[in-house]
Amino acid sequence: MNKVVRHRLFWPAFALVSLIVINTIARPRFIEITLRDGELYGALIDILRNSAPLMLVSLGMTLVIATRGIDLSVGAVMAVSGAVALTIIDGSSHPRAVSTVVVAIAAGVGVALLLGVWNGFLVAVLKIQPIIATLVLMLAGRGVALLITDGFITTVTSPPYKYVASGYLIWLPFAFFISVAAVAAIGLVERRTALGMLTEAVGINPEASRLAGVRSTGIILSAYVVSGTLAGIAGIIYSSNIMAADANAAGELIELYAILAVVLGGTSLMGGKFSIAGTVIGVLIIQTLQSTILFLGVSSAESPVFFAIVVVIVVLIQSPRLHHLAGLLTRKRPARPTPELRTEAEVAP
Amino acid sequence: MPAETENPRVVEMRGITIRFPGVLALDAVDFSLRRGEVHALMGENGAGKSTLIKALTGVYRIDQGTIGVAGEERVFGSAADAQAAGISTVYQEINLCPNLSVGENVMLGHEPRSVRGIDWRATHREATRHLAALGVHLDVHSQLSSHSIAVQQLVAISRAMVLDARVLILDEPTSSLDREEVERLFTVIRGLRDQGVAILFVSHFLDQVYEIADRITVLRNGQLVGEYAAEALSRGDLVSKMIGRELNELEAISARSERPIDRTATPVLRASGIGRKGVLEAADIDVHEGEVVGVAGLLGSGRTELVRLLYGADRADTGTIEVHGEPTRMSSPRHAMERRIAFSSENRRAEGIIADLTVAENIVLGIQARRGWLHRIGRAEQESVVGDYIRALDVRPADPNRIVGDLSGGNQQKVLLARWLATAPELIILDEPTRGIDVGAKADIQRKVAELAEKGLSVIFISSELEEVLRLAQRVVVMRDRRQIGELDSSKVDVDGVIDYMATEGSVA
Repeated sequence: MNKVVRHRLFWPAFALVSLIVINTIARPRFIEITLRDGELYGALIDILRNSAPLMLVSLGMTLVIATRGIDLSVGAVMAVSGAVALTIIDGSSHPRAVSTVVVAIAAGVGVALLLGVWNGFLVAVLKIQPIIATLVLMLAGRGVALLITDGFITTVTSPPYKYVASGYLIWLPFAFFISVAAVAAIGLVERRTALGMLTEAVGINPEASRLAGVRSTGIILSAYVVSGTLAGIAGIIYSSNIMAADANAAGELIELYAILAVVLGGTSLMGGKFSIAGTVIGVLIIQTLQSTILFLGVSSAESPVFFAIVVVIVVLIQSPRLHHLAGLLTRKRPARPTPELRTEAEVAP
Repeated sequence: MPAETENPRVVEMRGITIRFPGVLALDAVDFSLRRGEVHALMGENGAGKSTLIKALTGVYRIDQGTIGVAGEERVFGSAADAQAAGISTVYQEINLCPNLSVGENVMLGHEPRSVRGIDWRATHREATRHLAALGVHLDVHSQLSSHSIAVQQLVAISRAMVLDARVLILDEPTSSLDREEVERLFTVIRGLRDQGVAILFVSHFLDQVYEIADRITVLRNGQLVGEYAAEALSRGDLVSKMIGRELNELEAISARSERPIDRTATPVLRASGIGRKGVLEAADIDVHEGEVVGVAGLLGSGRTELVRLLYGADRADTGTIEVHGEPTRMSSPRHAMERRIAFSSENRRAEGIIADLTVAENIVLGIQARRGWLHRIGRAEQESVVGDYIRALDVRPADPNRIVGDLSGGNQQKVLLARWLATAPELIILDEPTRGIDVGAKADIQRKVAELAEKGLSVIFISSELEEVLRLAQRVVVMRDRRQIGELDSSKVDVDGVIDYMATEGSVA
């Protein structure tokens, strides 16, 4: 039991399970899952589907944060990739053709990849501070997206494109499979190759890594490229969901939610050690919380405050300092008395 | 001598026991510190010196035992608590804010205030005064990181004095200071002692210990060996008490390195006229197969700068480098590694270990970096490489899954050495590999270097301890004031000879 509690993912997982339990107590329908026409429905399924964009962005953010960086441009990159994809479909003579959609998605994600290269170049080669380097694209990206769509919110009708966010594949939402594939791909690449260890080394001590012969430029650059690419895919899912390229609303504030997810998952903003599983749990916590807000019918005016309060509670649940204090108050440890107890007991005679 | 037994005890630690997972770090250790004495705490790395200090200053919680300060039972919850009780520590690795000014660092948290907040003018004036008391005259407005490590150390000591300490703990304060600076520091320490401050002094330099200490406590493997008056304990006794065995090994090492080197063959590395503007004047160095070339010089003499250019850690702007006779541009560490050159920096924590990774990960990092991220070292290979080096270098604890940051300095150094040796270099550059580590680990590292050189590895060896340089090296390159002043045959000079040469040679030109 003790070993379970000490595991570094215990408290994030505990927070997630608690949220689900509280929701279920409030409205038992929360955990109901129904099968209709070979498709599963329910609040939990919605969470899995709706979390896809945040999941992708947070995975990329995890790698960037591990290198001691941060990527503020992910939301803007989402806007750009959605704008590119929908503009291509909109301009095509066969907007309903699968081939058109594939080209559009490839173009959108490709542009996002290039934007990732740009960020990586600024940070890894020109050595600009990550927060400033990515701020450039964060501010400019939405403008670029508006230029691409001529200042309009481009809307299209294209069933294959709609399938990305709303379609089903063997009982489950297609978007969920994208999430799973991304998690698996990142997990495999980071842990089956040495990239994860080298990324951590660069994040913990860049100079020592350089002297040890680690090609830190390439590793840092690759983190931003992955982040940009995943944000591009997230942008496709987002625009597929609303079937529109909304340059202002796409991925709004998602960079901050992604940072939150990474931190909730136990990866330090100081860089270094990172946890993919932790980030997955962090994303699910945030998404569950947003569903909770909808589910409990919290008014839109109150929801940010509600969200903030729960986040504070979740962060406190994970605080080692708080565990320590709680331990002092509740546990009796004869082998290692607390300082207060010791002074009383031994000074008394 | 001021430290007579009558002096009241300021600190009294009794039966201190601290357990770490799987290790008994301190086993019922008694230690006391009297008013107005300099008390040296001696022992190998991992003997428990740092642990004892951290127990006293509230960094670690003790499992058993009591700590009395000025006759009062105390348990400190944090270093700040201890500081408030008049116990200040200057740690081995400098613990300051490099991006603040010297004055801000000295006065941090104790800035004089006026109605409008911090009075910066008074702050800097106070800082100047405190530094002047140490005999240090600096521009207190300059950024701390613009100064050498030696100067930063003095600032750290000055900062501890601002805190008005009754007990001053100096953990390896002199490891980065040159002779003159050490003298200056000792003058201050003596001054403080005469004012009644109790000083706990930890150093690996035996000369310094005998120069300054009144009393010596020896620890070994977490246990107390004994407390002695300094004048009653001979050096030989002290060393054998610290390591628990006689030390004839060093002589054996010395005998080993006295062998002829074939200098007619093409050298492994030859650098001609290598230099960098404002950093190092053009220097020449060559190293043959199986040869150990020592580099001697004071801190700041250019010895580190020279080897950094050889390794490509910094880029040279003049001169040429040949590896096995082939001209090469050393433009990055990567480049040097591909030519089978390894470099272990003098700055272990900032440029050596990756503190949050495990021993195993730190050891394989070099090989992994060479192979590239795609070719991950398999589990079995990793276990065998790591296991071999942990055994060969006697890394303690011998646990590959330990976080390196938790190991003692000597063991971290061994891990670094393992990282480089695992890459199978032909030339290894060791910059101060024995700084700040204990006698036993020092001997281990020197023995290993001698052994490897005998088998054909070429070595460039830098150390502030000239005995070590002379013991291992066949030739010694002497540096001063950022230039090379000459080269000596180590079998023809002794330590005093090298010092003389360092001080006088070439000063006319």
